[in-house]
Amino acid sequence: MNQSDVKHLAGAAQGVGASVLRKEDRRLMAGQGQFVGDLRLAGMWDVAFARSPIAHGVLGAIEKPAGREAAVFTMDDLPGVKPIRAVASLKGFKASDQWPLARGKVRQVGELIAACLAPTRAQAEDLAQAVFADIEELPAVVDMRAARQAPPALVHEEWGDNLFLESFVDDDIAALANAPIKLTRHIRTARQCMSPLEGRGVVCQWDSRLDQLTMWSSAQMVHVNRQGLAECLGLDQGQIRVIAPDVGGGFGYKGILLPEEIVLAYLTMKLKRPLRWIEDRREQLIANANCREHDYDITVYAERDGRLLGIDCEATVDSGAYSSYPFSACLEAAQVTSILPGPYKMERFRCRTWAVATNKPPSLPYRGVARTGVCFALELMIDAIGRAAGIEPLEVRLRNVVQPAEMPYDNITKKHFDSGDYPRVLEMARQAIGLEAVRARQKAGEADGRRIGVGFAVFCEQAAHGTSVYFGWGVPIVPGHEQCRARLTADGVLELAIGAHSHGQGMETTMAQVANQVLGIAVSKVRLSHGDTDKSPFSTGTWGSRSMVMSGGAVAAACKEMARRVCQIAAKLLGCDVASIRLSGGQVFEGDAARMSLADIAHVWHRAPQLLPADIDPAGLEVIAGYKAGRDTGTFSYACHAVVVAVDTELGAVEILDYAIAEDGGVLVNPMVVDGQIIGGTAQGIGTALYEEMPFDENGQPLASTLADYMLPGAPEVPSIRIGHIETPSPYTEFGQKGIGEGGAIAPPAAIANAINDALCDLGVEITESPMSPKRLLAALAAARAGAAP
Amino acid sequence: MKAAAFEYTRPATVAEAWAQLAASGGMAKPMSGGQSFGPMLNLRLAQPESVIDLNAIAGFNGVRDEGKALVIGAGVTHAAIEDGRVADPTRGLLPHVAANIAYRAVRNRGTLGGSLAHADPAADWVNTMLLLDAVYLIDGPRGRREVASGDFMQAAFSTALADDEILSGVRIAKCGPGTKFGYYKFCRKVGEFAEAIGAVLQDPSRGVRRAIIGATAGAPHLVQDIAAVLAGDSAAIAAEVRAAGCDEPYEFQMHAVALKRAVAQANA
Repeated sequence: MNQSDVKHLAGAAQGVGASVLRKEDRRLMAGQGQFVGDLRLAGMWDVAFARSPIAHGVLGAIEKPAGREAAVFTMDDLPGVKPIRAVASLKGFKASDQWPLARGKVRQVGELIAACLAPTRAQAEDLAQAVFADIEELPAVVDMRAARQAPPALVHEEWGDNLFLESFVDDDIAALANAPIKLTRHIRTARQCMSPLEGRGVVCQWDSRLDQLTMWSSAQMVHVNRQGLAECLGLDQGQIRVIAPDVGGGFGYKGILLPEEIVLAYLTMKLKRPLRWIEDRREQLIANANCREHDYDITVYAERDGRLLGIDCEATVDSGAYSSYPFSACLEAAQVTSILPGPYKMERFRCRTWAVATNKPPSLPYRGVARTGVCFALELMIDAIGRAAGIEPLEVRLRNVVQPAEMPYDNITKKHFDSGDYPRVLEMARQAIGLEAVRARQKAGEADGRRIGVGFAVFCEQAAHGTSVYFGWGVPIVPGHEQCRARLTADGVLELAIGAHSHGQGMETTMAQVANQVLGIAVSKVRLSHGDTDKSPFSTGTWGSRSMVMSGGAVAAACKEMARRVCQIAAKLLGCDVASIRLSGGQVFEGDAARMSLADIAHVWHRAPQLLPADIDPAGLEVIAGYKAGRDTGTFSYACHAVVVAVDTELGAVEILDYAIAEDGGVLVNPMVVDGQIIGGTAQGIGTALYEEMPFDENGQPLASTLADYMLPGAPEVPSIRIGHIETPSPYTEFGQKGIGEGGAIAPPAAIANAINDALCDLGVEITESPMSPKRLLAALAAARAGAAP
Repeated sequence: MKAAAFEYTRPATVAEAWAQLAASGGMAKPMSGGQSFGPMLNLRLAQPESVIDLNAIAGFNGVRDEGKALVIGAGVTHAAIEDGRVADPTRGLLPHVAANIAYRAVRNRGTLGGSLAHADPAADWVNTMLLLDAVYLIDGPRGRREVASGDFMQAAFSTALADDEILSGVRIAKCGPGTKFGYYKFCRKVGEFAEAIGAVLQDPSRGVRRAIIGATAGAPHLVQDIAAVLAGDSAAIAAEVRAAGCDEPYEFQMHAVALKRAVAQANA
């Protein structure tokens, strides 16, 4: 596909490239969504969990409240249930057994100890409050570096250490010993909590007629939930139906198989009573949704002109107590080893990473996964090179990114960049933020005494990567082909079922746009079904920014097959050669004359089959078609974020004055939806940069148990974000689209840190830890004043 | 989380409320706007046997003009003050403070008296009342008593209110022409509780010059050497901040800057 094709698509009224308003917003914006918490089933009881107050200990007797023993269940009451075991086949990986309810030991605060059932949640909490567990406390493993270097205890004794995985990419770094610029930094990102508007939630019901458990779960990968549930419960997959109704944000958190899901499934089957557990914010914060905690010892080598020669890095990821299902505890750390080079060229790259077990909740993959930490580490170093070389940091980026003429490009870790013009987005970002004007403003100084800084961060985002990337990991999921089921009903409505799940992305609209692009059918005449293992084609679901590439590709494939069958039927009915027929705007044309509509043909197939000749293709108007990208190593969207901040050096407060993004997501199916994705992700990235932090004390107690302490950015903290696009089509996908779902959340911490450091560099301040809170900034300023390294 | 079970009453008079408080033997908790107490109930940090909702008490949200002072009822909401729906004796300070309390949804429900009785050091009204030298009007079975602004809040979440007493309102002297104030609150983000508060009031008509340091670990600190602080003397500000208990470097810095900026506002 070339640029003129892109323009052609962009001109379509409802097809690929059109900013069609989101169909689903009619219900979502009116409070008419149907979330798990909106379900009401007759006889349904609530479940509350007694959770461990201790981070690490040997679990002794569990005392149930007197007289209410029958309503309280411990692991001993769940015979035959297996632990969650998320394996990986990477060499040396050690899996953990995560019992749905604690057995033997507790390894994190908030670990489930007992399930308590009652007609209301309040009554269930009364029971949970009365459960007493005898726990013999062990030293808590809290600091990830200590956990591997001088462990105070072993999280899983049978391992002999606290390492899920050590991975290493070697190179001859010694060859760079004489590099003119050699810079070393210690860089950290705080532990965070993913915070979708809606937390997790589960409702279960047993159907004895179907011999099937129905689970409504706030989930983004229903088939994977079903697979994990079946493994832990010893059921056939067909005995479980998982439905994800409206879901209020996923971000990766909703892809994880939860112990709570297993417990509710088991108890529902045992008791034959519908059960519900709705996660509250406290459970989400202290026990469940942790992510992001990285630690880097990184050295970069560069020429005097800023040209990057190599990177040498040791990175530690705090993976928490358990390997979560399905991505396992290896994902984040091993990803660091493969993606740290970012969009840059270099001669040498050495990286050692550790995925470390600690007595904290499992670290889960959050929008961007390791990229946010990696981008933070690398882009801070790029700015440091700029300062050391006396070169504008944006120039350092321009001198090191892969050039358009080199595309497609296989980088030093064998990542295959499919297409793009990286220097162009850097230039666009420079223009959008007005770099030269900011430099002039800095020279003039601010009337209020604050200091202005400008920062950039560029990244590329591998998305929709498939079989060839994942089979080698040996984790419980390997994405293969993606399918779509399509049916044209008698009245000409197109029903689509896909395996991806939409939980804010607007797929009910954008998948319909894909159908419009192929069939010309109005978006309003397309219904999308998703998130139901009984109705949706098998899929690993929504993750890795894969939905529009994979399910979008499958919808196109199904619609093409539908078009073929429609034209065949039309040709038979019209008594002409199928070659003389074409489909346009939902009408069958013979020559220039519109002869039949999709609805006319569907009517004949369903309600007047007597008009069909005997040799008609009996497959009819129900299609299942599959798709895989021409090359499954992933699409590479990329962007440069540029930000201007004002730093109040007396309070350590940071205000974002301007924020601009230049982005290339390939062909945009719905530019408005893409902008929404980018803005939402950027808001989350601003949280990572300035606000969000889940601290633990030395005993492994989480110190931010409510949203009063765990600080999320709100509307006033998120500036108006200006976005510019170029559209370099991916050569490997259906329309040239690329996955873009995570990018917004990747670059903000790096761009904002660089802006802060730009503002404060002449004071000797260089901050290398997120979030850049007032406390951290003031400490760095004080340290710089004291002449010590921060 | 959901609250543990409790009895709920909604008395129509103060006397009824006292009776219920007395009968509970200290196991009842009066509730006004419930914006802090509600979450505490749901988190089970508070598990009272009964909750006495004061919002139906007649006159609880009224204002009375006493000539030189105004008595503002404890049940007046932050939003009513923000919107000017109750008279303002302070020539702008009260609406300014009210408008920056948490979020509008909280301000619609949250009340002056509820905030004062809750006595969160980082809340605005306990600090503002000390700045204004307001008089606390407390009613109980033993009658009404008046408590000076410096004697009401005793520590974080601890006040002079006895178990069977209810805060009925505060008396605030009317500020005169030429009144200037400064109120500097530093929050990590909009609507959060303050990291530090500095506030200054100068009313030349009454010869009042006061300043406070708030959002400390305990009750707010009334600045002693007001002349030096108003003159912007850094050493004096530092001494006051230390006297407020803010020794830790971050705490010290936040509070010193807040007070300094409040002084600058009041002197502007």
